[in-house]
Amino acid sequence: MWSFSNISTNIDEWLRSFLNPTWTMVAEMVIVGICVISLFAVLGLVLVLMERKVSAWIQIRLGPNRVGPKGILQSFADTLKLLVKEGMTPDGSDKFLFNFAPLLAIIVAMLLMAPIAFAKDFHMWDLNIGVLYVSAVSSISVISILMAGWASNNKYSLMGAMRSGAQIVSYELSAGLSILTIVVLCGSLNLNDIIQSQVDGWWIFKGHLPVLISFVIFIIAVTAETNRAPFDLAEAESELTAGFHTEYSGMKFALFFLAEYVNVFIVCAIGATLFLGGWMPFHIGNWTDFNHVMDYVPSSLWFFGKTFFLIFLIMWFRWTFPRLRIDQLLNLEWKYLLPISMVNILLVTLMAILGWHF
Amino acid sequence: MVEEIGTTTDGDLIINVGPQHPATHGVLHLVITLNGETIKKVEPHLGYIHRSIEKMCESLSYRQFIYVTSRMDYLSSHINNHGCALCVEKGLQIEVPARAKVIRILMDELTRIASHELWWGAMAMDLGAFTPFFHAFRERETINDIMEETCGARLTMNYMVPGGVMLDIHPNFRQRVHDFIRLFKSKVHEYEEMVTGNIIFQNRMKGVGLLSAEDAISFGCTGPTARGSGVSCDVRKYYPYDGYEQLAFDEVLETAGDSFARYMVRIRELHQSIRIIEQLIDNIPEGDFQAKTKAVLKLPKGEFYQRVETARGEFGVYIVSEGGTTPYRIKFRSPGFSNLSALDHMARGSKLGDLVAMMGTLDLVIPDIDR
Amino acid sequence: MNDIHDISSASKAPGPRKASGFITYIRDVFYAVKSLLVGLRRTGYYFTHHKEIITQQYPDNRETLNLPERFKGEVVMPHDENNEHACTGCTACELACPNATIKIVTKFDLTPEGKKKKAIDKFVYHLELCTMCNLCVVACPTDAIKMAQTFEHSVFDRGQLTKILNKPGSKIREGVE
Repeated sequence: MWSFSNISTNIDEWLRSFLNPTWTMVAEMVIVGICVISLFAVLGLVLVLMERKVSAWIQIRLGPNRVGPKGILQSFADTLKLLVKEGMTPDGSDKFLFNFAPLLAIIVAMLLMAPIAFAKDFHMWDLNIGVLYVSAVSSISVISILMAGWASNNKYSLMGAMRSGAQIVSYELSAGLSILTIVVLCGSLNLNDIIQSQVDGWWIFKGHLPVLISFVIFIIAVTAETNRAPFDLAEAESELTAGFHTEYSGMKFALFFLAEYVNVFIVCAIGATLFLGGWMPFHIGNWTDFNHVMDYVPSSLWFFGKTFFLIFLIMWFRWTFPRLRIDQLLNLEWKYLLPISMVNILLVTLMAILGWHF
Repeated sequence: MVEEIGTTTDGDLIINVGPQHPATHGVLHLVITLNGETIKKVEPHLGYIHRSIEKMCESLSYRQFIYVTSRMDYLSSHINNHGCALCVEKGLQIEVPARAKVIRILMDELTRIASHELWWGAMAMDLGAFTPFFHAFRERETINDIMEETCGARLTMNYMVPGGVMLDIHPNFRQRVHDFIRLFKSKVHEYEEMVTGNIIFQNRMKGVGLLSAEDAISFGCTGPTARGSGVSCDVRKYYPYDGYEQLAFDEVLETAGDSFARYMVRIRELHQSIRIIEQLIDNIPEGDFQAKTKAVLKLPKGEFYQRVETARGEFGVYIVSEGGTTPYRIKFRSPGFSNLSALDHMARGSKLGDLVAMMGTLDLVIPDIDR
Repeated sequence: MNDIHDISSASKAPGPRKASGFITYIRDVFYAVKSLLVGLRRTGYYFTHHKEIITQQYPDNRETLNLPERFKGEVVMPHDENNEHACTGCTACELACPNATIKIVTKFDLTPEGKKKKAIDKFVYHLELCTMCNLCVVACPTDAIKMAQTFEHSVFDRGQLTKILNKPGSKIREGVE
């Protein structure tokens, strides 16, 4: 069967046939690096186009339909425009931090790619603390936003950055707690073990109420963590013009833009891995024939399908809801989401100790 | 005197919202003193789109000056024109034919609906929901098409003239208004689903931007802004013109005085306007659409004032005539100017995000404020 | 007026309230989620129903674009097949215009009887000053000018916006006084 794991094994064997093991490793690392960067570019292009189409259809418009057939080349044209634009560094800004912030944003997004399993036996780094790594690294992204807001020497940017700081720090709590639900049930921090635990049914379909609650909380928390509407207070177009990236232009702006979309992809990939079984096909109990048909669908397709479903969910939110106010945002977290997730994790722990889960 | 850049001596942050800012919907410039996210002071700076319309009108004849008023509150241009035409008619003692009166009221109410639709979309956009803007434009576009067919323009109509209306209504007018009413009624529940009932929206609006009835009166607020605070001030009820006294409609009042009350006043006014249109659309009397007037209009020496209810509040036209062909002095009382003056009072102590919501519920049209 | 009642009652219904007990807390959460789901259903409907799209693809639909005959695009002077117009040069439109958009230059033609007769030499129309208020068309006693439905007026040189409406060699139609 066609799958990514076969391709990677073939490449490995082919490289080993004429290189010694050290150089094989170096060559493989280069290939992986190139793959990550191209995945980045493709994701940026696809997600921007997807967002524009989703928003257009929700807003009873047609959306981009001029560049290329049905407008699919629109994001290429946009990227080209952003590439040739002048990247200005405003007077009075902290030049080093100002130029470093978009890079940091993109580096964090790249680091987060490492432990994700894109298909069966296909991941860059089989990390035994994958969940912890993701939670830890994703919190660096707030530093790039704070850096950008501070270095811009612009009051709007500063306010956006400060809002974002408060927001991301708070919402990491409930995102972390909802992830912990699954960790408690599986007893492992390894993303592959978590996927393996869903071989006879995804966590969200196993019928555990706490898992459903934590899934909802996870979606809300990651929407806030990636600064997407209705939690886009860091950008808050109608209040802060563009928030922390007000002063950015050209490619530096594009990097922030790209980082936002890649972050959305990553959190959705994590969500798909934890709750929707990653690359695991959809199986129903002991319907053997049905399960067999499902197995024919490539595992990478399952993974990307689930991830894009979650991405669509987040986009749907963005184009439906108004924005929260900063104090309401923090109220929602500290008065609603955090207590609920704490009770939830207690329940799950109880379930795990008493062995009530399956 | 406000220091435009930097901070005050107390360490408060001063930011300039506008004249180019997504939330000001025009060239309004607000100098805001902030303590963290909390607003300490809002100071509107006006004049970026001042075109001295009042002075221009002094050199135009009584037929000519009406078109300029479309450029003030461009969202209720029909109603502005209506006020000017009424004021001139008052001076000349012209009796307007019944058909013209009905057409005028129909146009006024259609304009009010169009204006409130646009406000609704822009209001939701200020709060970060972009989708309602496009949905609001779907209905508004239908009204614009009706206007275009009868008046020949979509925004700056210049359709009301002293003595009646410039052209008779288009033969399709009645049918298209019926179509619009049907469309409106089939879509209006979406407004509640998408915005009014939304928990985030209600949280953003309720208890925000409180304006008491006393303050509303002392700031000179009119229209939905004052009616949201429980001040009964509908010109159509208290100083009816062109036959509003014969129509059955309610003056919409809310008593809470917060942003949500002002929002609900406008939403319920949409239904009242539809109600007025339904009463009139099948009962347009036959007859002339314009009274016979002299070729050159000369107002007698004296002072004339006429008020009308625009989508934003009370619009007043004050003409001082020396007996010539052009007015000696014209003063327009624009609703937006007075409503804006209450912004500072409303905004103090609330968050920056609320300021945007308050400006949204004031329904500011900047050319109306600056003239 | 049922819908009015619906809206006002809905505005009073769930809403955010001060949490005063566990039940209220749960109810708040429930109503909040419900109101959000209602909004999502509405946008989801439009996402899946593309027949509701109202976009007009403007430059592509030029051929099918129908402007109403009253649309005020620019002032034109209709000429008939004999290159004759109906303008007597009475300057009523010039007087009616609020911003000096129209300037009429007159000349004196000789009638067959040898008498001098006033006629227009040039009907100068400044499109860049025009506000499309329709006052000139209403003022014209001989219906010599009307509003055209053109609306794509952009040019690279402002001078092109100053137009002479009477065609070269045209003259006034017989019988128009």
